[in-house]
Amino acid sequence: MTEVDLEPVIGLEIHVQLRTATKMFCGCALGFGEPPNTRTCPVCLGLPGALPVANAEAIHYGLMIGMALESTLASVSTFHRKNYFYPDLPKGYQISQFDLPLCSGGRLGEVNIHRVHLEEDAAKLNHAGASGRIEGADSSIVDFNRGGTPLAEIVTEPELRSAEQAGEWLRLLRTTLRTLGVSDVNMEEGSLRCDANISLRPVGSEQLGTKTELKNMNSFRFIERGIRAEVERQRALIEAGESVTQETLHFDPKSESITSLRSKEEAHDYRYFPEPDLPPIVITEAMLERAKAALPELPQAREQRYIEHLSLSPESARLFAWRAELAEYFDSVCASAESLKPQIAANWVTELQGRLGDQEAEDSKVSPAALSQLASLVEASTITQGSAKQILDELVANGGEPSEIVAAQGLEAVGGADELAPIVAAALEANPELTARLREGDMKPIGVIIGEVMKETRGRADGKEVTALVREQLGLS
Amino acid sequence: MSDEIQSLSAVAAVAAIADGGLSREEIFAHYRSRAGADELNAFTWVAEQAPAQIEGPLGGVPVAVKDLFCTEGIPSQAGSKILAGYRPPYTATAVANLEAAGAPLLGKTNQDEFAMGSSNENSAYGPVLNPWDKTRVPGGSSGGSAAAVAGGLAPWALGTDTGGSIRQPASLCGVVGLKPTYGAVSRYGMIAFASSLDSAGPLTRDVSDAALFYRHLVGKDSADATSVAFPESIEIPTAERLDGITLAVPTALVDGDGVEPGVRASFEASLETARQLGATVTSCEIPSAAHALSAYYVIAPAEASSNLSRFDGVRYGLRRDESNLDAMYTETRHDGFGDEVKRRILIGTYALSSGYYDAYYGRAQRVRTVVAKELAEVFAGADFIVTPTSPTVAFGLGARTADPLSMYLSDLFTIPMSLAGTPAISIPSGLSEGLPVGLQICGPAFSENRILSAAYALEQAIGFNGSAAWGAKR
Amino acid sequence: MIDRDELLHVARLARLALHEDELDSTAAELSTILEHVAAIKELDLDDVEPTAHIGDVSDSLRDDSVATSLPVEVALAPAPAVRDDGFLVPSPQGE
Ligand SMILES: [Mg+2]
Ligand SMILES: [Zn+2]
Repeated sequence: MTEVDLEPVIGLEIHVQLRTATKMFCGCALGFGEPPNTRTCPVCLGLPGALPVANAEAIHYGLMIGMALESTLASVSTFHRKNYFYPDLPKGYQISQFDLPLCSGGRLGEVNIHRVHLEEDAAKLNHAGASGRIEGADSSIVDFNRGGTPLAEIVTEPELRSAEQAGEWLRLLRTTLRTLGVSDVNMEEGSLRCDANISLRPVGSEQLGTKTELKNMNSFRFIERGIRAEVERQRALIEAGESVTQETLHFDPKSESITSLRSKEEAHDYRYFPEPDLPPIVITEAMLERAKAALPELPQAREQRYIEHLSLSPESARLFAWRAELAEYFDSVCASAESLKPQIAANWVTELQGRLGDQEAEDSKVSPAALSQLASLVEASTITQGSAKQILDELVANGGEPSEIVAAQGLEAVGGADELAPIVAAALEANPELTARLREGDMKPIGVIIGEVMKETRGRADGKEVTALVREQLGLS
Repeated sequence: MSDEIQSLSAVAAVAAIADGGLSREEIFAHYRSRAGADELNAFTWVAEQAPAQIEGPLGGVPVAVKDLFCTEGIPSQAGSKILAGYRPPYTATAVANLEAAGAPLLGKTNQDEFAMGSSNENSAYGPVLNPWDKTRVPGGSSGGSAAAVAGGLAPWALGTDTGGSIRQPASLCGVVGLKPTYGAVSRYGMIAFASSLDSAGPLTRDVSDAALFYRHLVGKDSADATSVAFPESIEIPTAERLDGITLAVPTALVDGDGVEPGVRASFEASLETARQLGATVTSCEIPSAAHALSAYYVIAPAEASSNLSRFDGVRYGLRRDESNLDAMYTETRHDGFGDEVKRRILIGTYALSSGYYDAYYGRAQRVRTVVAKELAEVFAGADFIVTPTSPTVAFGLGARTADPLSMYLSDLFTIPMSLAGTPAISIPSGLSEGLPVGLQICGPAFSENRILSAAYALEQAIGFNGSAAWGAKR
Repeated sequence: MIDRDELLHVARLARLALHEDELDSTAAELSTILEHVAAIKELDLDDVEPTAHIGDVSDSLRDDSVATSLPVEVALAPAPAVRDDGFLVPSPQGE
């Protein structure tokens, strides 16, 4: 077969647990690690006769998400039943949305949104191994605490082209949702879950290839690795002249292997029909106003503001804005010292983040006030850049107050003609040959002189000031 | 004393208790012993004693409740083997409302399994017998409730109506049955058959009892999203005339095959009585009525197929074959459900399945729109639509069990109102061959007060005597 | 109108076992019913909107306030099989 360039076509389906007080259709408090089956009621256990009533706050959060993603919000939205049997599904159907989702279309970053709809989460099925009670059968134990938790399902258009792009976009989505305050968006705890639809097609082709669905990847790293592995698997199949089968897949991050979850032999027929227990939800002007009023500044708006109003570099602006925690940390640093220029504050936040690796700035031992103070000390020439970096290391390791560290370790900059001039003069005197070259305008040896001065002052001198003093003392203009 | 208590309507009993002439303990004990000696198989459970404290305007007059309603700690089996012995941890709102109004629970009544049936022969707990003739069915699916009231085993009873399940057994047993406006009575805790059609209402000896009962049944329930506040309070009817009232008869429907001569004669007599009371009787058309039946037998099974999916052997009820998950599901449901329920699950699943949805469920929902529109057009020119409630009087046990479709046809007159969500009452209009005939009076949504008022006037003029069944004789 | 294969497919969707001796009679009964209700297929309903819900309900939403949950022993009481405060079931295949 002829060699053609294949491009991945990736769409994401993200399930987000909403941070309401109660479940989607009943008054049970949301469960997080409570003993099993302590957060249940007739409704979320699917007892005979129980009826769902939709949580107004979940609708509100859904509208906020729709607004943040620039979706078209439904004026009337309906719930449907999605019928299938599974032990984690107490009613034999999931209440979800079908043809009238709360939000249609939209855009975030470079990716178009297909839709956002609300639904209820399934319960948790824990494997119990072979059981004495159920003879000979492998058994599972169902815990309904999670069952009925409100979910927003966000579906993108299949517009992502690489695992990396998918990962980066997902981070933007996560930050957006976190900023909205509608979810804990914690992948490890399952409050943000991502499935990916993946297919390959020849570059330039408009037609979509056969897609597979990669299920429930629970960290950004796994998502990127899983997508990459699936893209490679499909590429190998196609290049070997074989075809891709439509199926649901599971990525095992340990072995980096992909296995089929369900064969297509039993095709699903969910028999969707309008949920008769829930009247259509009419989205009122008041609901829209409330959602609009609740919208905080979103990452992309923040990025723009950082660039336009704070004159941050586009790189810093995106780095901070797409990571809500970092942006909040940066804002606090700025707020701690009004005179501090935002670009300077940004440099120090970047400097700090570089030392933290995976750790979030807000979780470090360096408070925004401390970092702000450190930056201000440098700006006021109380300490040098070099000392400041030493102090930052100290802060990262042990925390504390920069000013106290400066005092305790005697790190005040040696500055001003009074203090520094004699030291510079001594250094010139001790190096007559270099001094002669400097006098003739050859500035190369200045580094050695500065080094001497730094040695003498234990780094507390400012290089620029030393150069200025050398020029002054040698009568250079 | 016993005969005296037995002769009191519920309204009269409430008055007697208020006067001090009757105690709540006495009336409870009386009906407790009647229900305990039930020979009709109307009850599936009878209370040992009245709750110690029961206060409220219903004065302690006890109520029989269809087993479709969940009652906390008390068997609630919906006529099904799959729920044998099931005791729910909560009580249905309708039952709680009645208890809060002072009507303690007397017992749970037998019914067609999951309310699917028109004869009460589809109960895992055996058929209910008609107190007028124990070789005949009481109608269904609220047959136990109808028989309990008709047989004098309970002063009044709570039933449910999805396609006629209050009205038809009321008709066959010679009692009053009111199917409310959809949403007027909470469905919370009422085991679902077809959610968009299900409604709960009273079965009583007379219209006044129905009005008093219904007054305490209605109300917006925050636990039922489809429930609505009734726009006015329910009045006990007093008018004895029908002056200025127009009754519309869907002539083509009523003149159709299958209406027994005796039923037709009783219906004609009722129309004549209405005229004498000052009413105008006109003819109307409900062209899609026949299609309403078909639409109903698509919509109801479709919703039921989904509603009954929760009976899976995981959290409650019967469980069979634990060798693997699939076997557990399929054998539990095979053994737990009766034939009619299985038929409807299969029909409903088929109607919703891919490739058939538009032809069946989708079309049925459109027929529903048409039926509602046709009824509204009639109500624009008439106060009520009147029909016989059932084309026949009570038929013999086993007479129709072999032919499910013939059973479905007994709901011909009651189904259009179910699809439209509009209220309707059945009152006894007389006897045919010694068996009760019912008259159905239907009005637009929330016209219950007017329906009750017209029903009361007709009831007074007809003078039906139900005591042949509920009289103290035993 | 409905043949054995179709019946088995629908029964599978409904997780309802049909034993061999029940298949033919069930298929016949369902066919009779389906033929009767199929009358609605002949109606011209193109311009008619479907009705899924009856009545206007405007205040159908619930405030996000916490209600008391059931005690675990009450939730588990009606269960056919229980272990470790959970509902015990045969494991789904392949999970
Ligand atoms: Mg989903
Ligand atoms: Zn709950």
